[in-house]
Amino acid sequence: MDDNNAAIDVKNIKAINKVTFRQRMISYKRKPLSLLLLIIVGLAAFLSAAVLVFLIVFILIKGVPNLTPDLFAWEYNSENVSCMPAIINTLVITVLTLIIAVPFGIGAAIYLVEYAKKGNRLVKVIRTMAETLSGIPSIVYGLFGMMFFVTALHWGTSILSGAFTLAIMILPTIMRTTEEALLTVPDSYREGSYGLGAGKLRTIFRIILPSAMPGILAGVILAVGRIVGETAALIYTSGTATGTASSVMSSGRTLAIHMYVLANEGLYTDQAWGTAVVLLVLVFGINTLSAFIAKKLGTGKDK
Amino acid sequence: MDKFSIENMDLYYGNFQALKNINLHMQENKITAFIGPSGCGKSTLLKSLNRMNDLVEGCKITGDIRLDGEDIYGDMDINILRKRVGMVFQKANPFPMSVYDNIAFGPRTHGVKSKRKLDEIVEESLRAAAIWDELKDRLKKSALGLSGGQQQRLCIARALAVKPEVLLMDEATSALDPISTGKIEELCLKLKNEYTIIMVTHNMQQALRIADNTAFFLLGEMVEYGDTDSVFSSPKDKRTEEYITGRFG
Repeated sequence: MDDNNAAIDVKNIKAINKVTFRQRMISYKRKPLSLLLLIIVGLAAFLSAAVLVFLIVFILIKGVPNLTPDLFAWEYNSENVSCMPAIINTLVITVLTLIIAVPFGIGAAIYLVEYAKKGNRLVKVIRTMAETLSGIPSIVYGLFGMMFFVTALHWGTSILSGAFTLAIMILPTIMRTTEEALLTVPDSYREGSYGLGAGKLRTIFRIILPSAMPGILAGVILAVGRIVGETAALIYTSGTATGTASSVMSSGRTLAIHMYVLANEGLYTDQAWGTAVVLLVLVFGINTLSAFIAKKLGTGKDK
Repeated sequence: MDKFSIENMDLYYGNFQALKNINLHMQENKITAFIGPSGCGKSTLLKSLNRMNDLVEGCKITGDIRLDGEDIYGDMDINILRKRVGMVFQKANPFPMSVYDNIAFGPRTHGVKSKRKLDEIVEESLRAAAIWDELKDRLKKSALGLSGGQQQRLCIARALAVKPEVLLMDEATSALDPISTGKIEELCLKLKNEYTIIMVTHNMQQALRIADNTAFFLLGEMVEYGDTDSVFSSPKDKRTEEYITGRFG
């Protein structure tokens, strides 16, 4: 927009359509119920934010003083209860889980939205199953992982068993969010692309997926949050070994499990608080990074 | 010479017959307009010409449609058909990417890789769509930021970029203001020297202004087809006369 009225001092214009405090009070006097409603919703908004702020501040106050260099030593021992191995394990397990689950989840969603015929029975079955799967408590996944990956497949208590268990757990989330994202891509994009003689594959990869990318990444972020915060599904699958896992076939604890064990043993409560801060920062960091990537990959906006 | 010939064509959506026994021959380098009230099947017929109806579930077509004598529902590759028969939609539908990438999408699809060649095509297409001067400084900007009229001309440029032989326009100006509409009509008149244009329009004045031939549709039937002037000035069928004089529709 051209700033063609720069000569006028817009800030100091006395606008007649501005609702003054006095006018507002008069209208509230006429309708006291609307004032009450305003107070209630305002309070609800304030409390929701306040609880979160309180929680974070509480963790920070309890945890930050315990963030000693010892806590980040490369080797874990019962003196320093370092969380460094757990951080590394968490990152490894997160990446591994995403590598397994994301291609399957996105692939399944592409099939459901772009290939399956509308009203197809199979689609309904898959959707219902995905919904059911996402409602199952994570400890059930943990037990299944223990029976199947750890015992039946002889993978033992290992990062790999843990990652596969988590992959099954987050698959429905990724599939559903991707499906929603694909469904929001306007059909006019598809028509436009087909109308230019582009085939299905090119339309999906060049037009539809880029447009749906922010939504897909939102699902991945959600999944990452679940992976990083998960304990029940991992405790019997990737186990509680304290060191950095030397390979995907060895056991290793993630940060959340590390915290759980520290708090459980009762000897290292202070360090558990410190670890909580680390976990908080990690989750925050991953989310910021994902949002950044989503912005970079997303199309339609000027960069 | 006939560019498109349609013979004994019927089209069904499920159990509903949307087009009945259509016989129509459209000439090369002419503008042919389809007019008629909403739901008369004119858009459906247009979409059959580049097989966009294939995307509609439950759509069945019988009869014979030929492009330069070649059966388009036969062995012709559907992507090649759509390259030869471009389409501009009712609502401008630029992709959510830059102006440049929008135009380059088609050529890239058909294998043009060289940056210099793409630059050339982009400029040429935008010039052909009479929008180069407005957009040359914002090629890298998102196409979604353009005005409605600019977006529609961008879509025309995008369709031209794959060098089609026929351009289908499905009420391409119905969502635009008179000035943008005027620009696009001028453009059509210019483009018909190189392309065959087939357009669906609700605006009879528009058909009268730019179309060489006009076909009138009613309830899935083609009632009348001929030279635009004679269709409008001395319609042979009573229903055509009633429609163009505004007695129904």
